[in-house]
Amino acid sequence: MPKIHFRLNGAETEIDADPDTPLLTALRGPLGLTGSHFGCGAGECGACTVIVNDHAINSCDTPLWSVADKDITTIEGLGSEQNPHALQRAFIAEQALQCGYCVSGILMSAAALLKRNANPTSTEVKAALDRNLCRCGSHNRMVRAILRAAAGMRAP
Amino acid sequence: MTAKPASPPLPPSLAANPKLSSWVNFDSDGLVIVSPGKVEIGQGIVTALAQIAADELDVEFARVRMVRTSTAGSPNEGVTSGSLSVQHSGRAIRFACAEIRKLFLDAAAERLGVEPDVLSISDGTIAGPGNVSTSYWELADDISLDRDATAAAPPKSTEQRAIAGHSIQRLDIPDKIFGRPRFIHDLALPGLLHGRVLRADLLHATLVELDEARARQVEGLIAIVRDGNFVGVVCETEAGAEAAIVALRKGATWSPGETLPDEDGFAAWAKSQPAETSVIASKKAASPSAKARTVKQQYTRPYIAHGSIAPSCAMAQWDGDSVKVWTHSQGVYLLRSDLALVLKIPADRITVEHVESSGCYGHNGADDVALDAVLLAKAANGRPVRVQWSRADEMSHAPFGAAMTIEIEADLDAKDEIVDWRHSIWGNGHTARPGRADLPTLLAASELATPFPRAIAVDPPAGAGGGSDRNSIPLYDFPSWHVEAHRLTTMPIRASALRTLGAQGNVFAVESFLDELAFERGEDPVAFRLRHLSDPRSRAVVETAARRAGWKPSAQDGIGYGVGFSRYKNTGAYCAVVAEVEVGEDIRVRKLTLAVDVGEAINPDGVINQIEGGAIQATSWVLKERVRFDKTRITSNSWTDYPILLFSEVPDVDVEVISRPEIDPVGAGEAAHGPVTAAIANAVFDALGVRLRDLPITRDRLIAAMELSS
Repeated sequence: MPKIHFRLNGAETEIDADPDTPLLTALRGPLGLTGSHFGCGAGECGACTVIVNDHAINSCDTPLWSVADKDITTIEGLGSEQNPHALQRAFIAEQALQCGYCVSGILMSAAALLKRNANPTSTEVKAALDRNLCRCGSHNRMVRAILRAAAGMRAP
Repeated sequence: MTAKPASPPLPPSLAANPKLSSWVNFDSDGLVIVSPGKVEIGQGIVTALAQIAADELDVEFARVRMVRTSTAGSPNEGVTSGSLSVQHSGRAIRFACAEIRKLFLDAAAERLGVEPDVLSISDGTIAGPGNVSTSYWELADDISLDRDATAAAPPKSTEQRAIAGHSIQRLDIPDKIFGRPRFIHDLALPGLLHGRVLRADLLHATLVELDEARARQVEGLIAIVRDGNFVGVVCETEAGAEAAIVALRKGATWSPGETLPDEDGFAAWAKSQPAETSVIASKKAASPSAKARTVKQQYTRPYIAHGSIAPSCAMAQWDGDSVKVWTHSQGVYLLRSDLALVLKIPADRITVEHVESSGCYGHNGADDVALDAVLLAKAANGRPVRVQWSRADEMSHAPFGAAMTIEIEADLDAKDEIVDWRHSIWGNGHTARPGRADLPTLLAASELATPFPRAIAVDPPAGAGGGSDRNSIPLYDFPSWHVEAHRLTTMPIRASALRTLGAQGNVFAVESFLDELAFERGEDPVAFRLRHLSDPRSRAVVETAARRAGWKPSAQDGIGYGVGFSRYKNTGAYCAVVAEVEVGEDIRVRKLTLAVDVGEAINPDGVINQIEGGAIQATSWVLKERVRFDKTRITSNSWTDYPILLFSEVPDVDVEVISRPEIDPVGAGEAAHGPVTAAIANAVFDALGVRLRDLPITRDRLIAAMELSS
């Protein structure tokens, strides 16, 4: 099988796999990163959202060949407890989830939004999250947390 | 000699599991190990229970470690459902900890040579005059907690509690925010194999033919398992298991099972089915007023999917004739009972341990997939197997919340006052949870070569809040009423517990009908309700929600306001809602203003989070959700065909918690759904003057209703 190369959370990575394998399957399986979640396998729920070259994409229906030589960031690369991303701090401050299964995907969609728009309105945040489903009804807390993170990131 | 005051009765969960050590232990690292029988399903229960333990024991919150529920040792608290976890587990832990605290205080007094009442406890250190001190952990070896609770030590009063009653950050949130493995889907076990089950699109189908040739060529295939209509694969990799299932699907021929009812004629179908009729409540007026006329309406709600974002998942591993199961079931002991029935082995050879998954909102596929995993793991030579359902199976083979048809009839006197109220319900029962009958209710049990009959859903008894009849008895001061339920004894579409059981449908019907009666009288709907509500806590939530929403804002074109109220199960949390909707091209809920009374709020922010979540989920049910089906299959088996509320469609939600620290807490998770449903329907009527009595309330239905009324 051909080797596919990309940068994963900043690290040069190579994987030996069928190029049609979904990125999510590779992340959760051989690459051992289980923070991106499987929800539907059809790009409809956003639980598997990761960032590829600054764009939030569904990794469950993105084949490996299409991410060759690209930059991939997953929730594991967004921040850590020791060095959290502003979004992660804000989600904890707002207790912005219930079950949390969707939340890694939502954080990645939000991170991609804040990269291209440092000062989004609440309407823009909601529009950016329309590809992510949340079933527990934590939407408003998440929007508040994202606006809080954006304000924090803009502060000098 | 004075008689000792009698101890209060033990809380039910503690009476059922009296051994103190089954709830609380002290470990050698200075931690308190608390073992609840209720499980985390995203509602924050584990944090609320830890708060209670920390408070009663006088230890810092950070010292409390919560143990996953397992049949290997956890107290048996049945199922985590019905918004009862704080009531059940919380009370048990509170009483157990209070008693443990007293045992240790007495032992410390003896060791230190002082009276117990001069000692105080701070973060687990027990200290007295002259700097004498010891701790829970120093004394732990000398005090056996393998003794039965007596409830002899009273828990702290509300004012003495330092942690319960405050908003505390939830214990489970950091793992989820940093993407650390916490869900069952992410758990690594050595030698883990992957399983998948092949299920037909058709419901109750029979497998006529199965060509395994292509599946057998999949790399890493361990086994193809077939037992009657149950078919699955076990593979070294997840990708391999998926590939094998795709290959098997192509090689499978199925014949359809029982014909499903006509979706659009469902209410008539339900009323024509064999049913078991029960009178839920009947009250006669002492001096009945003369009726001048009778008003009657029918309300319906469709089947609603649980729609968990995570597909149902389980792991199982056989060791000789014993099996261990990892599951996100809401009741590990109940699941174990059903597994024992299917496997025909004693329950003590099965260990069932809870691991978190996404929110389940009731009885979804969690238990079913656990049996799938147990059956497939038989072919794995002692290796563990993880089985995960597909989205399509989740949306078509997991149980749904039952569809309901409700008729309400009121007799009015000459002044249009209500003199009699009659409420009738048709539909399937609202629970077919495992572990409660002598036949299993797990899906694969009905698929085996020697199948168990398919379970027909029943209704929990009135003492547990009822099922299809939940919240059907009026909370209003009507002079007489009659409530009856017709539980169908056929069940072509699988139904079981969904959040609120029948309460959402019943509150929608009751509160819509009240609104219709108020409108006919030209009376304000809030004033009309208050005029029929004497219970002070009920009045308080209605008045608070109305005040907070500025009831009633002045009329604007296309904007409507509606109110809804209930007390969940008639015994739980009080909730009133004012909905603001905008009806233009589409129906949009702009704002929901809620007032809620749960008694003592252990974690107030947790209560608000649950109420907000319930309000938003109910908005999704009302505006969008309906399980679709044809004669042979569920057709709404993807998020495209079963849409739920999107971020851009979510209303603002404003919650006021009426604090009553002196009253025992009740759960908040299901309080909002009924009142929100009714408030939205009533607001749509207020905006347009068109009454929609069938859920969901969609643009298409609104247009149809407007054409009918014009």
